[in-house]
Amino acid sequence: MSVDKKTVAKIAKLARIRVDEAQQEALSGELNQILGWVEQLSELDTSGVEPMTSVVEMTQPLREDVVNDGGYVDRVTKNAPESAHGFYAVPKVVE
Amino acid sequence: MSYRIKGNTGEWEVVIGLEVHAQVISNSKLFSGAATAFGAEPNHQVSLVDAAMPGMLPVLNKEVVAQGVRTGLGLRAKINMKSVFERKNYFYADLPQGYQISQFLEPIVGEGIITLDLDGGETRDVGIERMHLEQDAGKSIHDQHPTQSYIDLNRSGVALMEIVSRPDLRSPEEAGAYLRKLRSILRYLGTCDGNMDEGSMRADVNVSVRKPGEELGTRTETKNVNSIRFVQQSIEFEAKRQIKLIEDGEKIVQETRLFDPSTGTTRSMRSKEEAHDYRYFPDPDLLPLVLDPAWVEEIKKTIPELPDEKKARFIKDFGLSAYDAGILVADRDRAAFYEAVAEGRDAKLAANWVMGDYFGALNKSGLSLDASPVTAQQLGGLIGLISDDTISGRTAKEVFEAMWESGKDADVIVEEKGLKQISDTSAIEAAIDEIIANNPGQVEGYKGGNERLIGWFVGQTMKATGGKANPGMVNALLKKKLAE
Amino acid sequence: MSNLTHLTIADALAGMEKGDFTARELTEAHVKAVEETRGLNAYIVETPEIALKQADASDKRRASGEAGVMEGIPIAMKDLFCTEGTQTTAASHILEGFVPTYESTVSGNLWNAGAVMLGKSNLDQFAMGSANITSHFGNVINPWQREGSSAELTPGGSSGGSAATVAARAAMAATGTDTGGSIRQPAAFSGIVGLKPTYGRCSRWGVIAFASSLDQAGPMTRSVRDAAIMLEAMAGYDAKDSTSVNLPVPRYQDALTGDIRGLKVGIPREYRIDGTPVEIEKAWEQGIEWLRAAGAEPVEISLPHTKYALPTYYIIAPAECSSNLARYDGVRYGQRVEGRSLDDMYENTRAAGFGDEVKRRILIGTYVLSAGYYDAYYNKARQVRTLIANDFKKAYESVDVILTPTAPSPAFGIGEKMDDPIAMYLNDVFTVPASLAGLPGISIPSGLSSEGTPLGLQLLGRAFDEETLLRVAGVMEQAAGFSALPQLIAGGK
Ligand SMILES: [Mg+2]
Ligand SMILES: [Zn+2]
Repeated sequence: MSVDKKTVAKIAKLARIRVDEAQQEALSGELNQILGWVEQLSELDTSGVEPMTSVVEMTQPLREDVVNDGGYVDRVTKNAPESAHGFYAVPKVVE
Repeated sequence: MSYRIKGNTGEWEVVIGLEVHAQVISNSKLFSGAATAFGAEPNHQVSLVDAAMPGMLPVLNKEVVAQGVRTGLGLRAKINMKSVFERKNYFYADLPQGYQISQFLEPIVGEGIITLDLDGGETRDVGIERMHLEQDAGKSIHDQHPTQSYIDLNRSGVALMEIVSRPDLRSPEEAGAYLRKLRSILRYLGTCDGNMDEGSMRADVNVSVRKPGEELGTRTETKNVNSIRFVQQSIEFEAKRQIKLIEDGEKIVQETRLFDPSTGTTRSMRSKEEAHDYRYFPDPDLLPLVLDPAWVEEIKKTIPELPDEKKARFIKDFGLSAYDAGILVADRDRAAFYEAVAEGRDAKLAANWVMGDYFGALNKSGLSLDASPVTAQQLGGLIGLISDDTISGRTAKEVFEAMWESGKDADVIVEEKGLKQISDTSAIEAAIDEIIANNPGQVEGYKGGNERLIGWFVGQTMKATGGKANPGMVNALLKKKLAE
Repeated sequence: MSNLTHLTIADALAGMEKGDFTARELTEAHVKAVEETRGLNAYIVETPEIALKQADASDKRRASGEAGVMEGIPIAMKDLFCTEGTQTTAASHILEGFVPTYESTVSGNLWNAGAVMLGKSNLDQFAMGSANITSHFGNVINPWQREGSSAELTPGGSSGGSAATVAARAAMAATGTDTGGSIRQPAAFSGIVGLKPTYGRCSRWGVIAFASSLDQAGPMTRSVRDAAIMLEAMAGYDAKDSTSVNLPVPRYQDALTGDIRGLKVGIPREYRIDGTPVEIEKAWEQGIEWLRAAGAEPVEISLPHTKYALPTYYIIAPAECSSNLARYDGVRYGQRVEGRSLDDMYENTRAAGFGDEVKRRILIGTYVLSAGYYDAYYNKARQVRTLIANDFKKAYESVDVILTPTAPSPAFGIGEKMDDPIAMYLNDVFTVPASLAGLPGISIPSGLSSEGTPLGLQLLGRAFDEETLLRVAGVMEQAAGFSALPQLIAGGK
């Protein structure tokens, strides 16, 4: 499996990180190097091995259904780069 | 009577699958303690978790899990004792985490069944593929500013159930019946209020077309349609659009579309055009959800009698038609109302009154059941008076109107207005004797073979008794006396 | 009181209790030491006003008999912990200017225990790195130098600022977080003690996430006892973290009995890796001898999947980080770079806001989770992780702790290994396996390298058995008698 420039552009798009043409080449080299290295896992036979979801040998704890949070619009919008009338503001989205 | 669309090349079959997002009834959100109530000021029901502040972590709401289990039981579905929350990764302005916590490979509910009640009392089973729990996104508001969209995260993190049907539906009508039945079941269970105008229930509509008997065609998914009528319109539009494309020699593109209620049409969603790659993986902030079998048993015990069972019972115990029973059970409160009316009374008569005059009056006055001026006991009282011949069916309508006006009991109104039916033989006989004595000509005519004159005699008798004579008795007595 | 900054926490607590000095005096000495060691770039933000205010409050509490476990102790807070009212950046540009309106559970626990905040310590950006060279706020300099050289060395990472300031006697202790070795490796490079507790022991609530299934907070101190004291303050069940484990927090100091007779110490054969410098091997042998001399029994064990731990880690950690860092999108907090459309704004913001290593890991993580590659990479890595955890489970059937080197080399020069990400990743070869298994580990300074820089030995324990770990560490600390001081130290050497 080899990551070409096109693939770099595709995953950069998925990750919403602007990567210009010039960087794509260099990144494809770096990513290939890392992926080539991690691919050594393929030499291990893992058939029948349960993939680990969590190292904590517990199941999901459950919370009681009570309203005990929220109600502080200032605290959640205080750091917003742009906000108006209690909303966060972003460049207009066309659906 | 299957639904077919005629194209230039013959008849087409429509294949429909629905993914319904139903908001779970709970006080707080799926993974945070913020409130879920509808209509709050922007960002006033947002916790640090809902706003995806750095370092914030989700903790699962127990009641939402219980609601999910209830719903699964109500859909006669398999409850998965172990399920896993995964992250669905994508960027959107109203998705603060950059992912939606959902369930993917291991949902909480597996396969189930919904029985549709179709016209004429027919039923049809539709398969449920799965149901999972997930977070709702926030809301983007696009029309408040010329160059900006505004983001409100009040809905962000509210618990949804996504209920996925098999592609078993074949017409807009069936899709409507499916949604109505699903909504009815959720309301019976108390797991979703089903208010489509408030967005508590939205459907993603998957539509494809094919020639009957052929392989499934390529489908499109119309997102977030928020009324049953719109769902039906979108199916019809989409089916016709696809048929035209295919007949014009073009290919259907598998894509996400948007329904425009003002035109009844669908269009491709530009923002979703780019290939999806949601990169699902188990959320490492959460652990596998393992249900305690004893808890599931406890929940099972709280499941109420659901529409299908209730319908069967109404047919069996009350002798109702499938059609009538279907209408009566569609709404849990209305079904309960009917049962209270029918309790110890003529069940069929009760059904006629509840579905006829009573629901009619409710609709006309725009009142809900709990705001109605006439209680089930009162309506039952009225039906009791009809059954024991205290009043006639015709008089009953007058009494009912008065009850609706005044809120008084039927017997009080009958008493006040003196509407009691005369069932006293001697009183009716006296009136008849007088009419026969005073109208020898008519008597002659009747006896001479003009039997239609009986109607005239009945009218006269009713007139003489102020309309209160028991019509059955009048008839019988007249025939007897005129034969003498 | 010239030497207040050289005290251990334990001695400082005793000194304040006896009335030899106040928290205010102790804090003033440290505030001054922080200023003197600014050249290390160990802090992103210094908070002397907060420190002095907290110190005064601490003195009042002590006077009224309400002293906490860390009462009056000035510490550095890794800038990965959200601190209410104080900028928290994860050493990134994208979070520059972000002032949390909430306090992380662990930092809150420390303030409740009486600790005093000197500042927010520098780190590798989003805790991604092993040399503290990926911070948006510049490299951290190790206070240690090679003999006869003033070349700048790395303090290790990602908790490099924490390690440097503790080593330089500018903070009595510091918080760290460890995802694949980020507490233990910098502790080894800087000649201090670093303890990564069992996953689930310290709450992750309010700690900026790197890889959620691995991240764990822990103490960085100059003695094993101090680590025990500080862990007691940091640890505890937190209902706000679903992966927090509900177990009582012991008084860890009580575990320091000095008696390890009969304990079995596992020596994993697979940790003898080709190319490891001889002096690292020798330090390890020395450690084995110390423990044997104290009555423990070294046992050779096998952790057969060790060599797969690093590649496994470099799939799982980037996968989780690619998702964890999606929230930095310029909408609700942090930096924003405008764009013509929403997507444009996202792409500009994230391109400008993240450093190269962070981007690299996000891209790797995005790739290994993407359609068609999930099974070959991510799922495979999760399976190998199971095998690695099973290796440890099996080993702990026959041993009580495991002894290994902490890092495959002493501190290296800033600028070395920079152009080769994999060479950099290899720093964590000894620390990553236990991280994947969620097990506790501690690094203890064991001596100096031939270059005159510190070397560390690592002890690994059973899940939630930090007590045995501390007990053995205490014995080893005694035996090592490490007392060398770094060159770049507050007040001069
Ligand atoms: Mg869907
Ligand atoms: Zn969904």
